[in-house]
Order: sequence, then structure tokens, then C-alpha cells
Amino acid sequence: MGGRNSTESAEDAGRVDPYGGKRKLALDVVELHKAYGEKRVHRGVSFRVYEGEILGLFGGSGSGKSVVLRSLIGLERPDEGQILFEGKDLTQLTERELMPYRTRISYVFQNGALFDSLTVEENLSYPLEEHTALSPGQIHKKVQEMLVTIDMPGSNDLLPAELSGGMQKRAGLARAIILEPKVILFDEPTAGLDPINTKRLLENIKKLKKTGITGVFVTHDIPSAFEIADRIAILHEGRIKVCDTVDNIKESKDPLVRSFISEAIIHHH
Amino acid sequence: MAGSATGSSSRQLNLLTTAFSRMGAKLISLVQFCGGIALLTAQMFRELLYPPFYFRLTIQQIYYIGIQSFLLVAVTGLAVGTVMSLQFGYGLAKFGGTLYVPKVVALTVSREMGPVFTSLLVAGRIGSGMASEIASMKVTQQIDAIRALGTSPIKRIVIPRVLACLIALPVLTLFADYIALYGAMVVASHELNIKSEFFFAKVIETLQMADLLTGMAKTVVFAFFISLCACWKGLNTEGGTQGVGNSTTWVVVASSIFIMVADVFLTKLFIITVYNEG
Repeated sequence: MGGRNSTESAEDAGRVDPYGGKRKLALDVVELHKAYGEKRVHRGVSFRVYEGEILGLFGGSGSGKSVVLRSLIGLERPDEGQILFEGKDLTQLTERELMPYRTRISYVFQNGALFDSLTVEENLSYPLEEHTALSPGQIHKKVQEMLVTIDMPGSNDLLPAELSGGMQKRAGLARAIILEPKVILFDEPTAGLDPINTKRLLENIKKLKKTGITGVFVTHDIPSAFEIADRIAILHEGRIKVCDTVDNIKESKDPLVRSFISEAIIHHH
Repeated sequence: MAGSATGSSSRQLNLLTTAFSRMGAKLISLVQFCGGIALLTAQMFRELLYPPFYFRLTIQQIYYIGIQSFLLVAVTGLAVGTVMSLQFGYGLAKFGGTLYVPKVVALTVSREMGPVFTSLLVAGRIGSGMASEIASMKVTQQIDAIRALGTSPIKRIVIPRVLACLIALPVLTLFADYIALYGAMVVASHELNIKSEFFFAKVIETLQMADLLTGMAKTVVFAFFISLCACWKGLNTEGGTQGVGNSTTWVVVASSIFIMVADVFLTKLFIITVYNEG
């Protein structure tokens, strides 16, 4: 691990600092390599995420966007490379050592991944019961506040099966942010949602953004990403080929960017 | 002629290759299974050593495995005891051995039928339930969510289920033994003209603590395998809803085979070491 010199990818698009040193680094991903059998998914993925920004990660189907995201929280182990967070290389940590980091980096699953045997309130209470010393009363209060924030007041006793797709995703988002993590990883949060629910979810994420959270937003939904993200990275052929601000991406003449954006917009519509 | 001979030998070679590759695939999956179970066992014992401990989840599982299986086990126990009493009664009657029915039924139920039937039922009901529940959690990313929320699926999913199974199955077996003997006694009294008092006295005279304990010891082994196998298969399920179905079937089949095969070896072991048949 870490077998490849990070300077090898110093010119990698994802590692250019657009803030000129004004923002602190939140996550530094260096030369990730990952293969499943013969299939090499990542061939040196490198990018940086700065505090307070949301990085949109685009890529074709099967390009390994979700694998990058899962690697960032240790759900997948890269074959090589480093993921630096708070001065630690997360790829070197054991499952048990990763646990405290998973309260500071949280993951919003594509389908919410709510525990289907627990009610909404129990789902939202779960991280608080596991990682805080709050009393049941304080936990209930915090869950109530969170349900109001995501426009789901009164849904405490509902089971995930009784929720619409949009509500499940919002509840999943609420569970991921209830511990107030430093970094939030969004895995296609708007996939499969109708425009109204997409708008609602994006409003929730925008509210979060105002609080200064750092995020990585994997999506096929280019308009949503343009609305939420500060910078966009494009994962192509196992590497980050382009990484730039949203405005620059929109105006880019790069054939890869143009073709990707036009295809993604057609696909989205 | 020569062409036909070449074609025939090529077909034979293909058949042989296919047979060997299938055997190889089976062997690999067996090794994967054994390795997976060994690793899961090691992880489980390691994680048992440090907090948090989920007592509430273990109690919930004991309720689910023990209390909710009770009726099923009771009905089966009653049926087994009744049938054995009838079969032994009419079978032994030919040799004038009807009076041996309580003795034979008591030993067979406590050493064999109670543990094996109860374990098979639990493998069918609980093993399949556990496997399908965990497999569904796996394919819907709930297991990933447990990890992503900074908690351990081994602690929250595996340990409570294995502990609950280890506690509930021996207790269920004791109930099954008792109910089977009761059923046998009732039938013996009505069908074989063996008085209940005589039946009861003979059972007490015949049964030793070792008979009950070895029966329960068997169920501890079976419980460990059923629960661990269900958890391992559930946690390693791939392929959506079809994968869930396959895992469920696999666990029931593997557990049932294990129970039957392990019972042979355990019985032989107890005959050598515990039962005083002389």
C-alpha cells in the first residue's frame, strides 16, 4: 500500500488546489488502485477535498465512483494508495480502528439503507445511542428536531416500508448527519426520485451546506450536482481526468467534459 | 472410422474436464466455507472480549428462537413420542417386550430424537429465518450501514444470534424431550395398556443425567453450527433477491446435513466416553 509515490500524480487534475491554500484539506486521496479479478476499476485515483466544499464526482456507469466513495469510509479496501484524513491513512486502519472515524465521516446510501426492522425514530436514534452519552429524552428531542429539519415531522413511529422513496432517502440523510460529521459522502442521493422529491432533498443538502459541511457527491444527475457542488471531478478510465469548479466545467471545451455532460443530461432527461 | 474415434475421445475428454472442473469448483466452495466459518468464529470470539455488549438484542433473539419456536417444537415432540410409543409397543409386542417401551422410548428420545428433531426444526425455522434476514440486510446495504455508522455487524448481528441459539436450543430440546415422553406415556396407557405410573417409574429408573446432558451437548454443537452458518451465508450473500433465496435454501440444507452427520460422530463419541452400556 502506498507503493506508488504520490509525487507521481502531483499533476493529477484532482490534486490541484483551487483555493490557493486558503482552505484546509479535509480529505486527500492519493493514487488509489482497485481491481476485481481481472477488471481494474481504479488505476491511480487522486483528488483532494477541502473543508467546507462539496466535490461532485461524475463518471460513467461502472467507472467506480461508488467504489471510491465506499473506500473513503473503509467499506472497501483499495489494493494500493492512501486516503488521508485528520493526518491518518484510513487504508491502514483495521475495522475497529476505523470506527471512531466513521462518526466524523458519514455515508448517505443510495436507497437510504434504513434498518427495516426499526422505526424512523429508532433508525435516527441509532448513531446517538451508539456514540453519545445522551439520555433517552435528549435523544428523542434531537430526533424530533432532525425530523423537522428534513420535513418529516410526526413520522417517528413509521417503519421504512411505510415511507416513500424520497422520505427513505431523507431519513437516511438525517441518520447520516445526526452526529454532525465533518465529511458527508453522498452516493447518488437523487437517483430514482421524482423532481419534487429531488428538489426537497437538494434543499436539505443546501441547508447542510450553509452550515459549512464538507462533502463528496457521487451522481449521474448533472443538474443537481451543478446546484450543490463547488467543484466537479470526472472519473474516467480509472483516473480523475478533470477536476474543476462548476463554472469552469460548464464552460469547458474539453471534449471529454462536453461529451460527458451532454450524455449525462440526455440520460437524466 | 478414425474421425469418429477421435470425436468420441474428444467428447470423453470434454466430459472428464467438465466433471473435474465441477469437482474443483465444489472443493473451492467447501474450502471457502470452512475458511469463512473459521474466520467468523475467530472474529466473534475476539469481539466478545470488549464492549459494547448488546444484551437486549440477545434477549430479543432468545425470545424469537426460543419462545416463538416453542409451539412447533411441542407439537413435533408430542408426535415423535406418540409414534415411537406406538411403533415400539406393537413391534416389541411380537417378542413379548411391551413392558420395555418406557425404557426404550426414554433413552431414544433423550439421546437422539429430542436433540436431532429439535435441531432440524430450528435449522428449518430459525436457520432459514436468520439467513434470509441477514442476506436481505446485506443486499439492501443495511450491513454496510451498520459499519458506516461506526458499529460492528459481528457484535450487533452475529453474536446475539449465536448466543441466543446456544441458550435456546438446549432448553427447547429439554421441553421437546419432556413433551415427547408425555405423549409416549399417554399413548402407552391408552393403546398398550401400560399404566402411566409404571411408565413414569420406568422412565425415571432408566434415565440418567448423562442421557439428558449428552443430548443437550449435541444441541450446543448443532446450535453453534446452525447460527454461525446462517450468519456467514447471510453476510456473504450476493445477487439480490435471488441470492437471498439461494442463501436461505443453502443454510437449511447444509445445517440439516451437518446435524445428521455430526450426530453419528457425537453418538459414537458419547458411547465411548460417557454412556455406561455394560
